[in-house]
Amino acid sequence: MSKEKLHSSSTETGKADSAINKWLDDRFQLAALREFAKHKSVPKFRETIWYYFGGIALLLFLVQVCTGILLVMYYKGTEDSAFESVRFIDAKVNFGWLIRSIHSWSANLMILAIFIHMFSIYFLKSFRKPRELTWYTGIGLLFVTMAFGFSGYLLPWNELAYFATKVGTDITGQVPVVGKFMLTLMRGGADVTGATLSRFFGIHVALFPGIFAIFLMLHLLFIQRQGMSEPEEWAKLDPKEKKTIPFFPNFMLRELLIWLIVINILAVLAVYFPWELGKKADAFASAPQGIKPEWYFLFMFQILKYIPGKVWLFDGEVLGVLFFGVGIGLWVLVPFWDSKIKSGHRNKILTYIGIGIVVFMITFTTIAWIAG
Amino acid sequence: MNDETKKGKTRREFLNDVLIGGFGAWMMAILYPVISYLDPPKSKEVKVSQVNIGKSSEIEKNSGKIIRFGEKPVLVIKKNNGEYSAFMAECTHLNCTVQYRKDLGLIYCACHNGKYDLNGKVVSGPPPAPLQKYEVALKGDEVIVYKGEG
Repeated sequence: MSKEKLHSSSTETGKADSAINKWLDDRFQLAALREFAKHKSVPKFRETIWYYFGGIALLLFLVQVCTGILLVMYYKGTEDSAFESVRFIDAKVNFGWLIRSIHSWSANLMILAIFIHMFSIYFLKSFRKPRELTWYTGIGLLFVTMAFGFSGYLLPWNELAYFATKVGTDITGQVPVVGKFMLTLMRGGADVTGATLSRFFGIHVALFPGIFAIFLMLHLLFIQRQGMSEPEEWAKLDPKEKKTIPFFPNFMLRELLIWLIVINILAVLAVYFPWELGKKADAFASAPQGIKPEWYFLFMFQILKYIPGKVWLFDGEVLGVLFFGVGIGLWVLVPFWDSKIKSGHRNKILTYIGIGIVVFMITFTTIAWIAG
Repeated sequence: MNDETKKGKTRREFLNDVLIGGFGAWMMAILYPVISYLDPPKSKEVKVSQVNIGKSSEIEKNSGKIIRFGEKPVLVIKKNNGEYSAFMAECTHLNCTVQYRKDLGLIYCACHNGKYDLNGKVVSGPPPAPLQKYEVALKGDEVIVYKGEG
């Protein structure tokens, strides 16, 4: 900003703003940053809508951090008092039920937003060179979020959570070679007990936020460094033909508007469908009928029901674990194997695989849902 | 250059190896105690050889009950003919706790639809192995559950 312009600003606030700007500029040389912000833009085309979902996931993460901090004020992470402390939050603490309900709903919506974000990146092929690392850090964020979900699910120490954790950790125990050690490490012993709860509480509130922050920082850094991904058809276009929206303020204001809508959806869900607490976990009770995991694990849960105990020489559950392990591994490594496919049918093959996976997931999730 | 490498490592390469090795050893010195710390100490398990679950006359026929056998849940079933059978209540599939289903006359795991007969053998569903059997004896009217030899 030139000196003439500075002096010409008429209002007092304007003067104060400029003074602060100058003060900051003298110390941090913000001109380059301002220039960067001015040129940051988002491609405007048929699929621009999908560009908002990463931001939605970020918003929901922030909601998780805030409500999580509030819950920790009253939550007690021990076998004897976890369930009671959550019941206390629900019944006695002012707006406790609301904070807990928002935390649970926001966790689920966050996973949904990340799934939509991930599939949109896949179908738009935005993971391709030079954005492979953005994809990998994004996958890291998804995994940490699911681990957040899995560990947080146990914290109320209710019946559903207890058995979900038993099954979930037992699946880890099926992994060849390191499985048994991993199982003991996760459970803090041979069985799911108060020791498991302490561990899950610790990693849920201390370890995972730290790992998430590192992945998130890298993810955002890569995006800022490389700019928004443009649709592949644009490669042939003249720069003048490419329609873009400036990020500041146009895209940001639209994103904020969407954040407002998401916050409203979250509020409606949290108020009208408060998260149930259920019955306290009992290690000496049978698993209740109709037990099932969170919706994002449902398709795997349904498949595990179909795999027989023995398939030829192998234990069915080990095969199940290997099947999903290999599948998820291939999905994660898509930037690697996609680059090996010949360019002629590359996009079609990738799209068909993606559609196949989405249909597979939706079908088995629906079957599990209906089966109750 | 080739002559030099043939003769042996240069001082720089040697120092690099020492540094890398030192760093590796340093990492091990940190990781080993951390991983050992995370591996929980073996707590002394209270050895339970038998559990008295009450009077037989007070247990309904065609019913099942989970009892605590040391640290483990055990399912005790009183059949229609008044005979008893008992099994480790943890499903051999993925560790859920099973239950006796009166309506089916079977042992059932609600987690993944595993079904066992009243001898603990798998009838259907994903469990890979039968349930571990426990023995039941009557001392007068008292029902005693104990671990068999198998």
